[in-house]
Amino acid sequence: MSVWDDVIGQESAVATLDRAVTEPGSMTHAWLLTGPPGSGRSVAAKAFAAALQCPDGGCGTCRECRTALEGTHADVDVIATEGLTLTVKLARELVLLAARRPSLGRWRVIVIEDADRLHERAADALLKALEEPVARTVWILCAPSLEDVIITIRSRSRHVRLRTPPVEAVAALLVRRDGIDPAMATFAARAAQCHVGLARRLARDEGARNRRHEVIQLAAKIRSVGDAVGAASDLDSIAKEEAGAASTERDVSEKARLLEILGADLSARVQPPHVRAQVSALEKEQKTRATRFVCDVIDRSLMDLLSVYRDALVVHTGASIGLVNQDMIEQVRQLARVMSPEQLLGCMDAIGTARERIDANVNSLLALEAMAISLQLAR
Amino acid sequence: MLISGPESVLAERALAATLDALRAGDPDLEVIKLYSEGYQSGTLTMHASPSLFGGTKAIVVLDLEDAPDDLQTDVLAYLAAPAPAGEVTLVVAHRSGNRGKKVLDTLKKAGARVVDAAQIKENDKPQFAANEFRRQGRKATPGAVRALIDAVGRDIRELAAACSQLVVDTEGLVDEAMVEKYQGGKVETTGFKVADAAIAGNVGEALRLLRHAISAGDSPVPIVAVLAMQLRQMVRVGGAGRGPSGQLAKSLGMAPWQIDQARRKLSGWTPEGVGQAIQAVAAADFDVKGGARDPVYSVERVILTICEARNPP
Ligand SMILES: [Zn+2]
Repeated sequence: MSVWDDVIGQESAVATLDRAVTEPGSMTHAWLLTGPPGSGRSVAAKAFAAALQCPDGGCGTCRECRTALEGTHADVDVIATEGLTLTVKLARELVLLAARRPSLGRWRVIVIEDADRLHERAADALLKALEEPVARTVWILCAPSLEDVIITIRSRSRHVRLRTPPVEAVAALLVRRDGIDPAMATFAARAAQCHVGLARRLARDEGARNRRHEVIQLAAKIRSVGDAVGAASDLDSIAKEEAGAASTERDVSEKARLLEILGADLSARVQPPHVRAQVSALEKEQKTRATRFVCDVIDRSLMDLLSVYRDALVVHTGASIGLVNQDMIEQVRQLARVMSPEQLLGCMDAIGTARERIDANVNSLLALEAMAISLQLAR
Repeated sequence: MLISGPESVLAERALAATLDALRAGDPDLEVIKLYSEGYQSGTLTMHASPSLFGGTKAIVVLDLEDAPDDLQTDVLAYLAAPAPAGEVTLVVAHRSGNRGKKVLDTLKKAGARVVDAAQIKENDKPQFAANEFRRQGRKATPGAVRALIDAVGRDIRELAAACSQLVVDTEGLVDEAMVEKYQGGKVETTGFKVADAAIAGNVGEALRLLRHAISAGDSPVPIVAVLAMQLRQMVRVGGAGRGPSGQLAKSLGMAPWQIDQARRKLSGWTPEGVGQAIQAVAAADFDVKGGARDPVYSVERVILTICEARNPP
């Protein structure tokens, strides 16, 4: 067993990181791990952190390894943002943290899961720490791609690229780690386009499978402008429902916890001003998070939708294996029958445009309507 | 007296009318307003006790729906042993919810006058606006009422204020032209007017209104939003068949007048044309939110595209 077991399909990245652990000459103080969503960036980052703390270079079983992987190691801090950006305040706190020697471990490790959300001012604040390394401190920054990371940060860290793991590796991980049935694991790995986290959710959550099904079926249903506007409204509301379901409970418990920390009287109908100010700050943050969540869910639906057209294009070339939507092969064939390759490409462009626009914070419903109108089947 | 319901304009009016009536009887009426926030136990009881100098009082509880227990207890205690008639008038306002239910029941049982301040729904807005004019001794045409609701109908308070303003500024029957004249320059109105002209295919008029709006300092963003909303409503109404607008309104979650409006706008359009228009508006939405250097040009272009989509060459 080793800490690298769950870092699947990343032989060359693992080799580089492992060498840094075992050969002091290969170590550096700032690392940048990039890879597409679901490639396992944060899993790799935590494994690297564990290997650095482990007396055996990452045995996977000792206390150091286990706590680092779980995220409870005293000298490993994992920063994940729920908001749209990492704040300057947080960046400054991290700089102070980085200057401190590890308390018990061999290294102080700071993992930033969304280095792509470090915008100019926060990045400036971090820069000092990256420019003047502290002896036993290591930064591990993660982002989808190099282009997503602000250049000043990029140029001061060593880059390690992760790739999309193969279907078989993802399925094997789901079977081994999560005890999922092999057939379901293969289906989920393929349908989630090898995104490990999504695959796990698809395999375990029937609701998620049904939603994916609904989204994919939209492709064959749009026959008029009216259908398109209806489909857009469905996509938008599916996302909002999912976001709502995921966040309501959490929002309520966060608020209760905050009131508890502030020592507020929970039975009081109206809280004193300082409590109200904190509560409204929390509510604002929750709203930002909800917005981001909705955008993420819509984007995932659009990825699912895109995969159907991509599959149909594959079918046009005569191949019919290795499809993402193997389980819905009939819908895919149907789409390939009624649309030419050029038309399929047009649809894929429309989906891509909608994703870009939604990413730029436009009215999501309107962007989806425009997309769905382009997806109309020829009559 | 109980004022029940969330529509604050109505609640405030009921309160003002009551206080006016009381002042007619006693010009020196003392008005005590109590709020739930920061209420000190016993305050109401203290004010309700007979004063040394005589005189009458009105005690107003402004937000029973948030009332802490001690305020509720004090109100109940007062209701159990009220001051002699004429000395103290208790007015309680309650917006919504279950809090204070016992007080509400006791008030009703005690024979309090109940004034309804229920929320004014989309469908009731024309009636409300018409009443506003009537109250002030004026009349308005249905077209004027509709234009006014289009312009400022989102907020009842603003709608009421706009009605009063028109009563002061104009004479005789209030018609659509007067509304346009006096409401012109409002962002919402310009948004709607630009959208109306563009969707009706009047390129020149739409561009002129747009220039006017921009030079008056309006942002292109809400104009694009109005276009998107109207085109969406057209598609939904167009796809919903011929039924009576009242029925459609329910199934589509729109107001009947919006259905009628969308139907009028649909004439001259094909579904494909509306589709093209929506796509152009989506592109413009991206442009005006930072995707393009010149947002005004983006709106001009979308207007041209919409007019072309309506009348294909
Ligand atoms: Zn170990």
